Amino acid sequence: MPTVTMHVFRGDARGGDFKEYRVEADPGMVVLDLIHRIQATQATDLAVRWNCKAGKCGSCSAEIDGKPRLMCMTRMDLFNEGEPISVAPIRGFPAIRDLVTDVSYNYVKAKQVPPLRIKPPEPDGTYRMMQEDIDRIQEFHKCIECFLCQDVCHVIRDHEENKRAFAGPRFFIKLASLDMHPLDTVDRSAFVKDAAGVGLCNITKCCTEVCPEHIHITDNAIIPLKERMADEFFDPVVWLLRKFRSKKKQPA
Amino acid sequence: MANQDYEVHEHDVIVIGAGGAGLRAAIEAAAQGVSVGLVCKSLLGKAHTVMAEGGIAAALGNVWPEDNWQVHFRDTMRGGKMLNNWRMAQLHAQEAPERVLELERWGALFDRTKDGRILQRDFGGHRYARLAHVGDRTGLEMIRTLQYHGIHQGLDVYMECTITRLLKDGDRVVGAVGYWRESGRVVVFKAKAVILATGGIGKAWKITSNSWEYTGDGHSLALWAGADLIDMEFVQFHPTGMVWPPSVRGILVTEGVRGDGGTLKNSEGKRFMFDYIPEFFKGETADNEAEADRWYEDKKNNRRTPDLLPRDEVARAINSEVKAGRGSPHGGVFLDINTRRPADYIKKRLPSMYHQFKELAGVDITKEPMEVGPTCHYVMGGVRVDADTAQSTVKGLFAAGEVAGGMHGSNRLGGNSLSDLLVFGRRAGLYAALYAKDFGGTLVVDSAQVEQAARQMLAPFERTGGENPYAIQSDLQDTMQALVGIIRNEADLKEALKRLDVLKARAVKVRVDGHRQYNPGWHTALDLDSLLTVAECSALAALERKESRGGHTREDHPYTDDTWGKVNVVVRLKDGRIQVSREPLPEMPPDLKALFQERK
Repeated sequence: MPTVTMHVFRGDARGGDFKEYRVEADPGMVVLDLIHRIQATQATDLAVRWNCKAGKCGSCSAEIDGKPRLMCMTRMDLFNEGEPISVAPIRGFPAIRDLVTDVSYNYVKAKQVPPLRIKPPEPDGTYRMMQEDIDRIQEFHKCIECFLCQDVCHVIRDHEENKRAFAGPRFFIKLASLDMHPLDTVDRSAFVKDAAGVGLCNITKCCTEVCPEHIHITDNAIIPLKERMADEFFDPVVWLLRKFRSKKKQPA
Repeated sequence: MANQDYEVHEHDVIVIGAGGAGLRAAIEAAAQGVSVGLVCKSLLGKAHTVMAEGGIAAALGNVWPEDNWQVHFRDTMRGGKMLNNWRMAQLHAQEAPERVLELERWGALFDRTKDGRILQRDFGGHRYARLAHVGDRTGLEMIRTLQYHGIHQGLDVYMECTITRLLKDGDRVVGAVGYWRESGRVVVFKAKAVILATGGIGKAWKITSNSWEYTGDGHSLALWAGADLIDMEFVQFHPTGMVWPPSVRGILVTEGVRGDGGTLKNSEGKRFMFDYIPEFFKGETADNEAEADRWYEDKKNNRRTPDLLPRDEVARAINSEVKAGRGSPHGGVFLDINTRRPADYIKKRLPSMYHQFKELAGVDITKEPMEVGPTCHYVMGGVRVDADTAQSTVKGLFAAGEVAGGMHGSNRLGGNSLSDLLVFGRRAGLYAALYAKDFGGTLVVDSAQVEQAARQMLAPFERTGGENPYAIQSDLQDTMQALVGIIRNEADLKEALKRLDVLKARAVKVRVDGHRQYNPGWHTALDLDSLLTVAECSALAALERKESRGGHTREDHPYTDDTWGKVNVVVRLKDGRIQVSREPLPEMPPDLKALFQERK
């Protein structure tokens, strides 16, 4: 196999630059293999976050030739031979060192989401749920929290000021999955509208495009959330009905 | 004074490790009203549990009403070749169903039966379809459910923080010391009780399904703190890891492929597992293809397919086929589900396998067979614990999950790990909290111990001329792979120990470049300490046990020996050296023994 030229970002919160490494690539290798090879032989302190190396943990997100991807699932044969490959940290989050960024924003948002509160069980003490009622939510539960959707979302990518009142695609699917959960009893509509800021999303589907799990983030989660917001808050008939009817779900 | 020099956090209970066991332990301890710190080596939600695929074994009886805890208990003990701690196996079988239902109440969405209950799948060594699952990503569902439930229980979570030493006051554990990956700064945790939930040791082998984190930290921390480890000779090589391309060698291929109808074949197209049915399992295993295939639908009138023998049996069989020259082109065997199940079914039941082979190997598993071979997957051995309370032999130190020993005996059945994490994670959390509430006297941390741990951490920066840590790690993995692998013998094990001595001598001179901020070379250098320790424990225990049983096969002692079936090999530290001894297994009470006489 040929020697590959890699341009890897080296630096920290104060700044940095791409450094060139030339490294041997074996058949079937992925970008993360080459990063590891650089680490083992040329730059032992090259910082990179990774765990499973099988596309299941979502740790090794990076921008490879400018595109947000998982390093462990990006095969080298995707690239034209002889052309240098650039590997940069995901830009949507503050730099820590080299390819590692501070993704704590996501953990803050995660904690704000009003959790599941379930209804009482059936008389026999169990819960029954039909497969067809959970298929959609199981799609959302495939999320590996790689935060590539958060990285690429332009509501926050270049707008730090929006981060305060915007949860991002990852947490829209979380909210949608809770909302559609057959056992859930919580009404999160005020949260979805105000704290999560779903209205800021203008459905460009960038998040869906980069999702390594191929979750239909926009079509299956964000648009239904937006439709519900429109019904709940901006439809006068629904608003009036709500005045007189008791609500099925309790506010968060 | 340590408290002034270093960042200090104080809790009633700290949990080291945030996979299934650690999260479940932390949730339970918090429910007891004590203050809990959860320390994770990676980010929250990335621990190794995320990679578990097939399911959680629990005798819910949703698919086969005949199933109950006694049958599960019996399967577990037989799978472990009767070397399991019977009380752990009993508690596990009894409590697993409630732990699964509890996960459901916390938001987990398992695949469903037609009448809306939790669906269960077949797996190796289980008499009935018993594994609650979500396609082939059950571990992800489990860790997300625990994570999102846990963050609302008032836990303090310390992410990307590695613990390097436990702190002791006299004979009891009173905390831990470690470093932040991000800043490289030393951090001290004062705690009345410490729960180890650090997982396994698989990174000591070259071909492994385990991630970088699996460096035996908890095993080593316990040993260094004076605790006993048991059964360290028993290492599970999962029969089906990917073998091609080289960069993905070892990545797990779920047993669910065989549970859902897949079968192993050699280069001649033969379903070779029929040639490898051991005497011990003859009564319950189909000896012809027709019966094996009927078994999936009708378990009453047919015996189980030999493709679903326990993992140790299947791994050895694959090893033998490859050695006999009947392997696949890249040194594995074939795993065929493409000719046995329709493409839609495969994609629905095994979505991540489909994805994984398609993206990493360019193989469409609905059209072609997979190539698979054994990969280091799990260590049965671990910290010796009291079955009911999960407390180790050292006061204030608890262990749950893979880091604890005894539950699985000499070989773990698939699906019994996720249930183990939940059952004993909860128990560790509960009893650690109770212990902390009863903690007498004041919590005192000895600054000299903190200073010493800090000095050891920083030493690699001060050396000049030493080696690159990656080179030592790689040589260690080669040594264990070649000499302490699936098939062992005395000469190899002695050679391994000799080489480990050389590696230890190299490791104390290891040098790292750069500074302390997020420096993987430094982290690797520090992990060598625990990796070398567990490698030595495993090789010593393997040398001691002169028989073959479960995940320990000696070609110079090829038979299972009843006298060895009555003892655990125990390792502990004495005067700075690892000592090995044989100690009797706890004896099973007669009412449980009777379960093994009912059926042949």
